[in-house]
Amino acid sequence: MTEPFRVTGTGRLTPARTARFTFDGKSFSGLQGDTLASALLANGVHLVGRSFKYHRPRGIVSAGAEEPNALVSIERDAARKTPNVRATVQELYDGLAANSQNRWPSLSFDIGAINDIASPFFSAGFYYKTFMWPKAAWKHLYEPKIRAAAGLGVAPDQPDPDHYASRFAHCEVLVLGGGAAGIAAALAAAETGVRVILADEQAEFGGALRFESGARIDGQDGWAWTLASIAKLAAMDNVQLLSRTTAFGYYAQNFVGLTERVTDHLANPGNEQPRERLWQVRAKKVVLATGAIERHMVFADNDRPGVMLAAAARTYLNHHGVAVGRNVGVYTAGDSAYAAAIDLKKAGVSIATIVDLRDNPTGPLVDEARALGIEINHGRAVVKARGKLRVSSIVVQPKNGGAQRTIPVDALITSAGWTPSVHLFSQSRGKVAFDTATRRFLPGVYAQDCMSVGACNGTDGLEMVLDEGYAAGSAAARDAGGRAARGGAKPKADAGEGWTGGMLGSAPGAGAGTTVKAFVDFQNDVTAKDIRQAVQEGMRSIEHVKRFTTNGMATDQGKTSNMHGLAIAAEMLGKEIPEVGLTTFRAPYTPVTFGAIVNHARGPLFDPTRKTAMHGWAAAHGAVFEDVGQWKRAWYFPRAGEDMHAAVNRECMTVRTSAGLFDASTLGKIEVVGPDAAKFMELLYTNPWEKLEPGRCRYGIMLREDGFIYDDGVVGRLAPDRFHVTTTTGGAARVMNMMEDYLQTEFPHLNVWLTSISEQWAVIAVQGPKSRDIIAPLVEGIDISDEAMPHMSVREGKICGVPTRLFRMSFTGDRGFEVNVPADYGQAVWEALWAEGQKHGACAYGTEAMHILRAEKGYIIVGQDTDGTVTPNDAGLDWAVGKKKADFVGIRGLTRPDLVAAGRKQLVGLKTTDPSTVLEEGAQIVANPTQPIPMTMIGHVTSSYWSHNCGRSIAMGLVVDGRSRMGETLFVPMPSGAIEVEICSPVFFDEKGGRLNG
Amino acid sequence: MLLIRCPYCEEDRPELEFRNAGEAHIARSANMAAISDDEFEKFFFIRTNPKGVIFERWRHVHGCGRFFNGARDTVTDRFLTVYKAGEPKPDLSTLASSAPAAYANRPPDQLNAKKTAAKRTATKKKGEA
Repeated sequence: MTEPFRVTGTGRLTPARTARFTFDGKSFSGLQGDTLASALLANGVHLVGRSFKYHRPRGIVSAGAEEPNALVSIERDAARKTPNVRATVQELYDGLAANSQNRWPSLSFDIGAINDIASPFFSAGFYYKTFMWPKAAWKHLYEPKIRAAAGLGVAPDQPDPDHYASRFAHCEVLVLGGGAAGIAAALAAAETGVRVILADEQAEFGGALRFESGARIDGQDGWAWTLASIAKLAAMDNVQLLSRTTAFGYYAQNFVGLTERVTDHLANPGNEQPRERLWQVRAKKVVLATGAIERHMVFADNDRPGVMLAAAARTYLNHHGVAVGRNVGVYTAGDSAYAAAIDLKKAGVSIATIVDLRDNPTGPLVDEARALGIEINHGRAVVKARGKLRVSSIVVQPKNGGAQRTIPVDALITSAGWTPSVHLFSQSRGKVAFDTATRRFLPGVYAQDCMSVGACNGTDGLEMVLDEGYAAGSAAARDAGGRAARGGAKPKADAGEGWTGGMLGSAPGAGAGTTVKAFVDFQNDVTAKDIRQAVQEGMRSIEHVKRFTTNGMATDQGKTSNMHGLAIAAEMLGKEIPEVGLTTFRAPYTPVTFGAIVNHARGPLFDPTRKTAMHGWAAAHGAVFEDVGQWKRAWYFPRAGEDMHAAVNRECMTVRTSAGLFDASTLGKIEVVGPDAAKFMELLYTNPWEKLEPGRCRYGIMLREDGFIYDDGVVGRLAPDRFHVTTTTGGAARVMNMMEDYLQTEFPHLNVWLTSISEQWAVIAVQGPKSRDIIAPLVEGIDISDEAMPHMSVREGKICGVPTRLFRMSFTGDRGFEVNVPADYGQAVWEALWAEGQKHGACAYGTEAMHILRAEKGYIIVGQDTDGTVTPNDAGLDWAVGKKKADFVGIRGLTRPDLVAAGRKQLVGLKTTDPSTVLEEGAQIVANPTQPIPMTMIGHVTSSYWSHNCGRSIAMGLVVDGRSRMGETLFVPMPSGAIEVEICSPVFFDEKGGRLNG
Repeated sequence: MLLIRCPYCEEDRPELEFRNAGEAHIARSANMAAISDDEFEKFFFIRTNPKGVIFERWRHVHGCGRFFNGARDTVTDRFLTVYKAGEPKPDLSTLASSAPAAYANRPPDQLNAKKTAAKRTATKKKGEA
């Protein structure tokens, strides 16, 4: 037999449906429906990994999502390597290849296990205390070494080739957890006709019914009832069943995040399906049926492979048909492990002993175990597990001390009781309450529209669980608008199991004063001793104990360890558990892949890409693009053999000698229309607007209330009641938002409409001495002579037969026009202008040349030469502030004491003494470069370029009292030495401005 | 993600459609240029930042585009009410409590008021019979 621990006649898998897999390169056979864990156990493999810190051999502990130990890497191909997969969750498929982690050179012989011998040096807080000195060694020596030695799997080194889906869903009742309580709730809710979603993290619904052999519901076996109920739900149109789906986060207003694992269980997933699907569900009511998680016993060397949870052993037997050993020991503090022992015994597995901490256990299960001839050692403790790569024997001792007895076993199943899973309840901001009778935290005060049912609510016994689940489901559906249920009947438990009792904290033999390794948190290698030490060293709050010891901080988030750790800390502190407090439960419940969260938002879909109407032309003409926000803007147009520098020099020169065409479509454009449009403009901009004649333009500055420059742009008045406002490319949306804000909330009396027209108009700037000659043949119905259309004017007419708003304006300092045409005609008009331009030797230029040309003229760019702390006066733009105006946004801010005080930074030009040196933008400016560090910085460089037209470098900067420093020499300290600069006017080219009409 | 009711659209819409716009009921002076430094400080810089109910502005930016006001409990994130811009500040005492939903709350001492162990055992025995 290839699977020596598969027990014929048990389990629910089909023997003929085999699946081959490898673990660390060795071939094994399992059955479809197995998890990787159950398939390994069927082959007698318990040793699956090495622990995080001590590199101790570790085995499979659980049969579910709480697994702390059995973390493996799954490799489908070179790009699909998933680390830290829980073997207890990973379903087996034919061809699955898994590898153990954190071991070298091999799993059974691991060099790193030296850490275990050296463990006295690796106790809690070790990192904080040991590697303090020298400081530099932490970064270069200690941390890299520790990271290499500790840690879990290795992250994949190639881009994820899989795709992930996302879905929003709405329902009246969302049931989280598909055990008995959840199924009952879903049945009750579904019968009322409301939309129901039932989600469970396992491949199959059923929860504890997967292992509870004693359950009988509605006259049938609990598992048969599960299958029948799920089939019934699946047939209902108003029910969505989501298996393999983990609710990982419970957010405000019943918004729940779930991940559905779609293909991880398939041998050949193909490309059609997403690997995972993220569900974002908004539910009117949520029913939490998240069950409970069994705790392990805390005793010396309780981490040996083969030591596992009792209910897990029972699941492997009753569901997968796998015995976890041939001679199994049982160590318990409650009843539930007896049921596991009984099931194993009935399946032909030898039960070496049941060691029960309780002095005089009674009840039907104890009686049944005795009747089956199982030896019960009550009032005793397991004080040690022996064996290295697999448990070989246990040492049993009366719990108050006495003679020890060694009992050979090949597996030990333990149960310290059950911890209700209040994770999602707590995430919903509900407050948990400690139930002193049963010593467990249960849902207390609810914060959201949800209810907890079943084991997560501390409800014990199948009959009551079904009652509670069904009642909650029907109440939730009714409150969410469901009709009266029809045809449904409350499921009735004929027999069931229910488990209370157990213990918290360390078992006898691992108590205070002992130095044994009794693990509380397997995944982070935290022992009972570590937690006691944390308290001894002064940690009082459980949050501090947690961080000092790292208890509960691993990827399993302490699902099995938190309560034990809390109890040990409370005992040491001499306090009750609720006084010590419970650490906060946070999302995600189990690890969520980045793929599921990032979803489609990767690569080109990470952020929208905006392209102008002329983008295609620019691309076809070799433009190099730069990203400006979401826009792709033509940066420069290199010709054959040109680098960026040569191309930009040529573009700058051509614009000033002939003309250039520039795509300015990305500028924000807002139409301000209405009888009160001018009044509104008066309030939003510093400039006066009432007297601006229709057909004329003005450079406008917009402030925030604090007096600092927010945006700028040229505004054209098309008619008494209509302004065409332009904004910076980056400011388009926020300027529109600010205008709407004032119009709606502060100036609602104004009769004005605001419309974003940024994408309606394509803008072609034609700049340079030949600009008028280029547009002249194409313009219809507009007199573009200097007399009829002077600088800073706007006309409406036609160009190339299509409507245009033609601006005479310049961002280069040369004669210029900006041709606005409906975006659909943008490229056609551009091509016509290009053809005309060719006759005059014009070029297309990009944003780099645009920046240089404007800097030659000292024109600022808001956001580059200003930074949100610059006033119009600072920028030398006082002339644009209406002195006679009674109000505008920012008027009061401008008179704040600090804004009118002396010593403000002012925008000036900077000329390097060596004209070939181009300053770094952002570089600091000092008066004396020989002063000691830290130097007193009196300004910084905001814009800096090589200007081909000036034949030298040019720069602008903000310098304290800059305008009174004209001619002064200052310094820009750089790593290679201080650069000497002279303060000058920011206008480097055509200072008189004659070229605007040139 | 919160669900926010737009008082103009009269619909509950996801938070993605909205943008917070800071504290509400901070009026800009009609005589802005003349206010004192202290008044400007209060107007521009000082915000209440309460633990509890805050009156704040929201814009349904990816919807109708309107600015409106809401009263939200900063502890629970629960909206007590929303109302249109320009409407007076609502009287908190007339609004529903912002306490956690009463839907499933039971006093802690009643949490485990379940059937007795004897009855549970009886159930089990019946099944075995």
